[in-house]
Amino acid sequence: MTAIETAAEETPHGMPYHRETRHDPPAALMALQERPLRRMTYYPDGAEGWLVTGHAASRKVLADPRFVTGEQFVRSPTDQPHFFVSSSRHVPPGFFFFFDPPEHTRLRRKVTGVFTLKRMNELGDRVADIVDERIAAMKAAGNAADLVREFALPVPSLVICEMLGVPYADRDHFQRTSSDIFDQALPIERRDEAGAELFGYVLGLVPAKRSDPEDDLLSSLAADPDLTDEEVGGIGMILLLAGHETTANMFGLGTLALLEHPDELARLRAEPGLMTGAVEELLRFLTVAHAGMMRIVKEDAEIDGHLLRAGEYLTVAPHAANRDPARFERPGELDLGRNTQGHIAFGHGVHQCVGQQLARVEMRIGFAKLLEAFPDLRLAVPPEEIALRTDMFIYGVDSLPVSW
Amino acid sequence: MRIVADRERCMSAGMCALTAPEVFDQDDEDGRVLVRESDPEAEAALRAADAIELCPSGALAAR
Ligand code: HEM
Ligand code: HEM
Ligand code: SF4
Repeated sequence: MTAIETAAEETPHGMPYHRETRHDPPAALMALQERPLRRMTYYPDGAEGWLVTGHAASRKVLADPRFVTGEQFVRSPTDQPHFFVSSSRHVPPGFFFFFDPPEHTRLRRKVTGVFTLKRMNELGDRVADIVDERIAAMKAAGNAADLVREFALPVPSLVICEMLGVPYADRDHFQRTSSDIFDQALPIERRDEAGAELFGYVLGLVPAKRSDPEDDLLSSLAADPDLTDEEVGGIGMILLLAGHETTANMFGLGTLALLEHPDELARLRAEPGLMTGAVEELLRFLTVAHAGMMRIVKEDAEIDGHLLRAGEYLTVAPHAANRDPARFERPGELDLGRNTQGHIAFGHGVHQCVGQQLARVEMRIGFAKLLEAFPDLRLAVPPEEIALRTDMFIYGVDSLPVSW
Repeated sequence: MRIVADRERCMSAGMCALTAPEVFDQDDEDGRVLVRESDPEAEAALRAADAIELCPSGALAAR
């Protein structure tokens, strides 16, 4: 090996995102796991920063307050502009994902009370009704459907709309703007416009929520004297955005993965009690948040013998970390009965997913009812023809033609 | 064993209540951790230990 090749190996340029298979992280990314925390150069300027692919190292850095999101991100781990990247300092007020403690904590606590495990379990009956309605509509329409359009997207959208008090009739608008925000292949200007549109949309709902409050989250946020209208808009926007795309992609991609692993699917059908663990394994195996969790080093930090300097970028590749052989045996296998404890599909640290207990309830009920209603569910096209959204911030499928 | 929770650090992710429901709960106000059983035994103690490791914000400890 020449010196140049060695150097390239030591410091890859960006995080590989080209996938060879539908369900596995890029082979080039997995190859980097040999060193769980390593140097990497960032786009567009080639500045050196860090890439984390190991499970233990990921959890360590994500839980460390020296790595922050409340900075302006101008670099990206790939040649596409990352969701975190913006051309101006424009993070909407209240959009707590891009704040650090203590401001992050203040805003996040405004909503966490409604997303507790207990509250989400209580919501189960309502989720079940929504799922039943979608299944009935699919059956009424024939014996084939695009599962994404008829089930995967509507179920979480209906649930989050109801919780927030956002009219579901407006879904075309917010589903398109959300999808544009997350589409890393679109020009930055369009994504930004979409961000502003979605913010403007939610902000526009706030005055009526205050004057005519209903039993929903936007109304209770609007009534909170501690929050400005803009903050309510930003909080509403983050929940609307995060609340439907992610779960929708887990339904779409998860169904595809099950259909492509018929033994595991048969096992789940035979043993419905596996569902709780199966959902965790699908979360681990698919890790749809594949664009990575980006952070900026706020102050010099020593991690596992490396010195991370203030101002450097750091990206955690959760899809690699969730397949770290040091943590999970036979990590590349979908094994619905395995112990998945500690997976980071919902992140880790102070930004760990607010909606995780909701997503779990939605997936357990959604997958269980889907399998029960369609004992003969199958793909309506060869799997190779299904387009995967490698360019999206959240991994998934745009459509999934199925029949029964 | 005595389980302690730092409610200032808690981010209300609910991993604790999910992992060791007999030991942890979340309050109704903002979902922050509540210790239901500070001296769990047997199985519950093992689950509590898992929950302490899983907590994303390092809010839990056993003394
Ligand atoms: C992808 C690259 C992005 C770029 C280049 C970008 C850039 C910009 C620019 C130039 C503005 C106008 C700022 C102003 O008028 O002062 C803006 C506004 C806005 N952007 Fe972005 N943005 C991006 C991504 C996003 C994302 C991912 C979100 C949300 C998740 C978002 C949400 C917003 C919102 C809500 C506004 C309106 C803010 C306000 O009116 O106060 N943008 N953005
Ligand atoms: C299976 C579905 C989901 C997955 C895989 C997922 C994944 C994630 C991940 C990985 C993060 C952390 C990102 C980071 O640290 O950079 C996150 C944060 C977040 N998620 Fe989710 N999520 C899902 C569903 C939901 C739902 C249903 C909601 C809302 C109702 C939601 C709301 C949020 C919010 C608000 C944050 C930001 C938390 C913060 O910054 O403190 N998510 N999610
Ligand atoms: S797991 Fe940790 S952060 Fe989450 S609710 Fe429990 S104590 Fe709080």
